[in-house]
Amino acid sequence: MKRLTGVLCCLLLAACGEPVARNQGVYMLIDTSGTYTRELDKARQVINFTLARMNPGDTFAVASINTGSFSEKNIKAKVTFDDRPSVTNKQKRAFQQAVDRFVAETEPAAYTDITGGLLQAVEYLNEKEPGRKTILIFSDLKEEIKEGYNRDIPLQLNGFDLVALNVTKLSSDNVDPTEYLGRLEQWQSKVEQSGGSWRVVNDLERLEKILP
Amino acid sequence: MTGLLDSLPLWLWFVLALVALFVARKPVHQGILALARFFHQSLRLGANAVAGAENRLQQRNREVLLAAGREAAERHIEREFDRIESVMKKELAQYPALHRKLCEQLTAIDEDYVRSAEVPPEPTNWSKAIKAVADIPAKQDPVVGDVLETIHHSMRKAESKALEAYRESARVRHQLLRRMMPHWRSILSTLGRVNKSVDSVNRRAKVLDGHMEHYEEILRDSDRAQRMLSSSSLSQFFISAFVLAIAVGGALINFHLIARPMTEMVGGTSYIGNFKVADISALVIILVEITMGLFAMECLRITRLFPVIGALSDKLRMRMMWAAFVLLFFLATVEAGLAFMREILMQEDLAVSAQLRGEEVAAATSGVYWITTAAQMGMGFILPFALTFVAIPLENFIASARTVIGVLVGFALRLLSVVLRLAGTASLRAGGMLVRLYDILIFFPLWLESKYLSWRESAQSATAEKVQ
Repeated sequence: MKRLTGVLCCLLLAACGEPVARNQGVYMLIDTSGTYTRELDKARQVINFTLARMNPGDTFAVASINTGSFSEKNIKAKVTFDDRPSVTNKQKRAFQQAVDRFVAETEPAAYTDITGGLLQAVEYLNEKEPGRKTILIFSDLKEEIKEGYNRDIPLQLNGFDLVALNVTKLSSDNVDPTEYLGRLEQWQSKVEQSGGSWRVVNDLERLEKILP
Repeated sequence: MTGLLDSLPLWLWFVLALVALFVARKPVHQGILALARFFHQSLRLGANAVAGAENRLQQRNREVLLAAGREAAERHIEREFDRIESVMKKELAQYPALHRKLCEQLTAIDEDYVRSAEVPPEPTNWSKAIKAVADIPAKQDPVVGDVLETIHHSMRKAESKALEAYRESARVRHQLLRRMMPHWRSILSTLGRVNKSVDSVNRRAKVLDGHMEHYEEILRDSDRAQRMLSSSSLSQFFISAFVLAIAVGGALINFHLIARPMTEMVGGTSYIGNFKVADISALVIILVEITMGLFAMECLRITRLFPVIGALSDKLRMRMMWAAFVLLFFLATVEAGLAFMREILMQEDLAVSAQLRGEEVAAATSGVYWITTAAQMGMGFILPFALTFVAIPLENFIASARTVIGVLVGFALRLLSVVLRLAGTASLRAGGMLVRLYDILIFFPLWLESKYLSWRESAQSATAEKVQ
């Protein structure tokens, strides 16, 4: 009897420990600058796939990258899914409709503020405190900051997984591939120095590689 | 330390070490042998203690096994007596009526028999007179002739009448005998029934004899009884484990049926430890169902896991059984509802997935899924009742596991005892071997010593010879 009580006490103590967050937070940045807006249909495909992989309790947000991306206004759709699967399904439908509207109404931007978008993503996901944080960057990674905007800010990406999606080659990259490779390398070193992990997924036929 | 080592050449250190080992030979030998004896004795002591524990455990196992066997035999005997009692009640309760019926039938037969007896026809009173007339000597007299003719005619008439009467009485007797046939048949069937009952009681008595023999064997605490019970326990253990494994499979299916819709009730993001609250809730529901099944079986006296329930009055036991059954029924209904909800959620998931893939929603939802829904609901309702019967193999498993675990622990203790004995002997032999190795290491000083001793001995003997 004493042993049984002991075992039960141990179980209770284990149950009362610090709760571990098992949900995930995904923040997707979509480049809307210049000609990249033509890739938005592909972005919608990625969003739908990600939505299908989301579970109750997860957080998902889609934001645009334009001239000044460090703003809540850039978040085009966001949701934290309910505990109940039936409500989660309704939220997914609503989210999909919001994304459709965003894709239909988006105008090409003059600049590409990826760092600002990243800062906004970090802030948003840190606030939600999910167990696993992922930032998807749907862009060609060619950053163009408008004059006057300060983006020389260190990123705090500890515990973040960054996945660059559909990093298309620009016409200049075709002339000089080192420019493209250098761009990728630069982002990788920037992210890894900030404490995050970096991956590039260009093959959108294998989207299961995006989320673990 | 290195400086000290370097202060002298290596060979000198070697010589010094040899000398030191030679000088310390005796105490080192004593130390090694004492240590070996200490280990040997300690391990022997340990082995003896383990062997004692094994003996006690075996004795205890035997007691438990025989007690369990005695209890089981008592139950069997009790059951057989119950069956005999029910046969007796069923058949012998009708015996007075049967007896009365048999008596009535026998009386009727007897009466018919008596009535059917053949009565010899009475000789006519005037036959003597006819004989006297017939003996008249004047036979040629026409008067006498007429008289005789008349008598002859009358005789023929009387004979014909008697024959007719005899035939009538034979017909009546045959009718009476024919009337007896149904009575005979009825008696035959009644006696057949009685025979069947007696046969059944005989069979039960034979089975009871077998149980009683087994019971007496157990009461005598014989080795044969222990062997029989032990082998029976082992087979029961494996059979019940197999059935329990099947039941666990059923419980798992049940769990998957209700775990998903439970997220709709308790949420899908709460955890206790590493387990989802929804999963734990589903598991708890299944365990409560199994518990209710156990109580129901216990109240029906099919199992005897809880002596408290068995000791309750019949009325209270029946009430408890009905309470357990109602709860089980309620939980089964809840499960059927959850299974229905599971199907709805699955359809909804399919619809959302189709929508996200860009397919037509209608294509995913318009199918007829009532068969799967009905099947899931049926399973959700039936499985709790099927799991009720887990109580029987569970009882067998618990009862036989005690014996099996006892046998295994006894075997492990015996093995440990043997290992300890072997280790004790090995330590003693290792001590002797170490002494030999020590001597091999200092073989040169030992050789010198033996040479010196033999030289001294020869010198002493030479001196002694000279003195003589």
